[in-house]
Amino acid sequence: MNRDNDKGKVLINRSLIVAVGKFVLLMCIILRLYYLQVYQADKYKTLADENRISTRLLVPPRGLIYDRNGVVIATNQQNFQALIVAEQTPNLQQTLDAFKKIMPLSEAEEKRIKKDLKANKSFVPIKIKDNLTWEEVSKIQLNAPDLPGVIIDEGLSRYYPYGEKMAHVLGYVAAVSDKDEKDDPLLEVPDFKIGKSGIEKLFEKKLRGKGGNLKSEVNAYGRVMKEIEKNEGIPGERVDLTIDARLQEKAYDLFAEQDQSGAAILLDVHSGEILAFVSAPSFDPNAFSKGISNAEWKELLSNEKKPLSNKAISGQYSPGSTFKIITALAALESGTIKPDTRFFCAAKMTLGTHTFHCWKRIGHGYLNVIEALKHSCDIFFYETALRLGIEKLADMARRFGLGSKINVGLENEKAGLIPDKAWKLKRFGEPWQQGESLISGIGQGYILTTPLQLATMVARVANGGYEVKPTFTKLTSDEKSHINKIKVHSAYIDMVKEGMFEVVNVPGATAYGSRFDYHGIKMAGKTGSTQVRRITMKERQTRILKQDELPWKYRDHGVFVGYAPADNPKYAVAVLVEHGGGGSKAAAPIASKILLEAVKLDTSLYNPSPEKTLTPLSLKKDVIPSE
Amino acid sequence: MYKFYETTIKTQSMSLTEKFFNLNFMYILLISLMAATGVVMLYSAANGSWSPWALNHLVRFAFGFCLMIALAMMDIRWFMRYAYLFYFASLFLLIVVEVEGHIGMGAQRWINLGIIKIQPSELMKIALVLALARYFHTSSLQTIESIRGIIPPALMTLVPAFLVMIQPDLGTALMLLFTAGMIFFVVGVQLWKFGVVILAGLLSLPIAWQFLHGYQKNRILTFLDPERDPLGAGYHIIQSKIALGSGGVFGKGFLKGTQSHLNFLPEKHTDFIFTMLSEEFGMVGAVFVVLVNLLIIAYTYSFAMKSNSYFGKLVAIGLACNYFLYIFINISMVLGMLPVVGIPLPLISYGGTVMLSVMSSFGIILCVYINRNMNIGKD
Repeated sequence: MNRDNDKGKVLINRSLIVAVGKFVLLMCIILRLYYLQVYQADKYKTLADENRISTRLLVPPRGLIYDRNGVVIATNQQNFQALIVAEQTPNLQQTLDAFKKIMPLSEAEEKRIKKDLKANKSFVPIKIKDNLTWEEVSKIQLNAPDLPGVIIDEGLSRYYPYGEKMAHVLGYVAAVSDKDEKDDPLLEVPDFKIGKSGIEKLFEKKLRGKGGNLKSEVNAYGRVMKEIEKNEGIPGERVDLTIDARLQEKAYDLFAEQDQSGAAILLDVHSGEILAFVSAPSFDPNAFSKGISNAEWKELLSNEKKPLSNKAISGQYSPGSTFKIITALAALESGTIKPDTRFFCAAKMTLGTHTFHCWKRIGHGYLNVIEALKHSCDIFFYETALRLGIEKLADMARRFGLGSKINVGLENEKAGLIPDKAWKLKRFGEPWQQGESLISGIGQGYILTTPLQLATMVARVANGGYEVKPTFTKLTSDEKSHINKIKVHSAYIDMVKEGMFEVVNVPGATAYGSRFDYHGIKMAGKTGSTQVRRITMKERQTRILKQDELPWKYRDHGVFVGYAPADNPKYAVAVLVEHGGGGSKAAAPIASKILLEAVKLDTSLYNPSPEKTLTPLSLKKDVIPSE
Repeated sequence: MYKFYETTIKTQSMSLTEKFFNLNFMYILLISLMAATGVVMLYSAANGSWSPWALNHLVRFAFGFCLMIALAMMDIRWFMRYAYLFYFASLFLLIVVEVEGHIGMGAQRWINLGIIKIQPSELMKIALVLALARYFHTSSLQTIESIRGIIPPALMTLVPAFLVMIQPDLGTALMLLFTAGMIFFVVGVQLWKFGVVILAGLLSLPIAWQFLHGYQKNRILTFLDPERDPLGAGYHIIQSKIALGSGGVFGKGFLKGTQSHLNFLPEKHTDFIFTMLSEEFGMVGAVFVVLVNLLIIAYTYSFAMKSNSYFGKLVAIGLACNYFLYIFINISMVLGMLPVVGIPLPLISYGGTVMLSVMSSFGIILCVYINRNMNIGKD
């Protein structure tokens, strides 16, 4: 019994210990609750909100682009896409089959849809097809009863009303790639498109706008339960360009009609504003914003006329005889020749062991600088360059915008090349040869220019020697009044301009066939052509092949620079036709038509009379063969 | 405090009416309070709906309540008399489940009786307490302190614990071991023996580790480092802590717990219901539940102390231990203090078997209380 008492005592003692232990453990729980719910409450509140709140970026509409007259040249178009929500359709396969009856789906598309459906929760809409036409949308809506779970979603996609005509100005937008700098959370949005080239790229920041936010409460599976907060963001700003859509269209069409490859730039000579900027052939930028197919892309890459290359700034060509403008100015300015200096052209001249030919096989006889420009006599400029030397020539060329980048803002702009002695020594480790000065004098040899540089050059000549710089954005009047004067005597510029006037307006001159007279307004200019092959000695002795007889890629490039009105220049143009077979034949007619169009549209230049008495001259009748 | 209900000393049998008025109504109130909390939380877990859980829970509680009263009305000697029979019946069912499980090629914990499913491991929790209580009631302190005397109860514990472990249900197996361990402790088994067992246990840990299932290993590793696998096994515990912590002092409000209602919190109607309660009612609600349960355990201890019979004392203490383990393991688990072992919070979590098992325990405890003045012989 005593032992039983002990047993009971042990039980009571030990139970008390256990009870205290339990009490302590439960107090530990309360301490832990305090730690989590008071001490760390803020941390966990934040984590809970991160769990529950999902922030979705709202893509702002991209800014529109307008031409100088307020015509929309890049806009946003509604893009309809068909989506399917798996949980809203009783039989997925049946619905997809029904969809295929309305609109065929390729095997790859079907595969992608099924993959997306598998990878996502059943309430996530999966894209079936996008870029639907109105017709297709109405077809789907008509068949809605057979298509449970299929919804039509409206988005915005970039649209260029002028398509390929503006492609090399505006560029295009496309999906963000790994190479792009990710400086904006918008770039992480799937399907977001950014400017990849042209104005779209140059003004990307301005056009993009700021993304908005949609905060919504989501459950653990990501389903949106309710909207908490919406911030619309800021739409992209509009961009106004100096381009005139009418002139741009006209200029592009001139190339497209003849299936020509080349570039044309039309500038306002007083401001440098770019009115037309064409590189032909071109591509359809709308295809890029919709997503270009592999086949289309390969076709663009393999085309020998290089539609993706922006020839106006990336193409580097010998300026040919258009460079004689610079030679003349340099020689006059430096006093190498006087206005009345005459050289004799006997069709060829020799320098050391080399013989240099004039394009005219019977020679021009005696001529002064104006006449030499008018007939584009090579011998005159050989003689001039021989006396002038490369350094002074290069210096003048640079003053007129050649040999360095204009920095117009588009990518892949090339600097061209104006050679001098130092350059040659550095490049080839050889001293400059006199003969190289000669051929530089007629724009051949090492000299390379882009069409945009040629346009700049002719604009600076036309405006009397003001250092205008081509631009796609309008200049303020303050900027216009602060354009520097180039260090060239105005009288010499006037002489060159007189020569350029005669090139177009005197019978027998190189561009006489491309002249026009619109209400008394005429144009002036200078032709040029650059050989892309070497004329052999043998060929010279027998007969030089005519351009038409050569394969396309061996034909000369045709160049023309000009301006109008001749007496009070306002518009300057540079046209380069690749393998067009000479400046007067290929480039001058195009330049003439562009200038004429610019003049016609500019009613301030003339008093528009009700009856059109003067029409542009026919260009067919008296085409003069190339220089 | 309960003197009010106490009748004059009655050593022999009481009438049913007398027994009824001898029930501890405060105790029953506390139990009902927890069950009501369960109904409220299950209503919230279903986003403010009586179905599918809250109403069922209420019905089960009502049924459990009747069972509790019925068991409380029993003669305590009856429990002692049939303790071993009940134990062996439960053991038999555990074996049946194990064999069926092998045939069915999968984890098997249930016996389907058509109307209700019985989990033999839950029966075993009560049966083991009763059987051990009977064994120690009839043993002398000498026997208890001897090694030979400790072997039968040790086997009584280890055999069912092993069977439950291989089900596999580590949580319940540990509960059986801990409950039995506490009983061994209170009856006076020398501390050094515990030392030996604990040491042996620690030494065999690396071997035991080999026998654990992959998911069990995962749970333990995840407990040690929840960030190890934030989307997999660690997800539950991370989300549970976020829910709890974000509840703050006063909670987000009834039906307003974002973690639970947006389904970030897993198993919110079963194992993680305490988390949901803490999210919606904050620390105030959580401490309330802990304190009510503390009171329930304290009452049970006081019943044990008041009982005249060793058997009665031991049964009440054993069942209190069992209930304490439920509460402690479940809450510690959702607070990230213990690995996730799948132990529900009794009276609050949704689940029929546990409800019946704890209500039966309360019935037996109340029976001990009603018969506190009865002396039970050693036969």
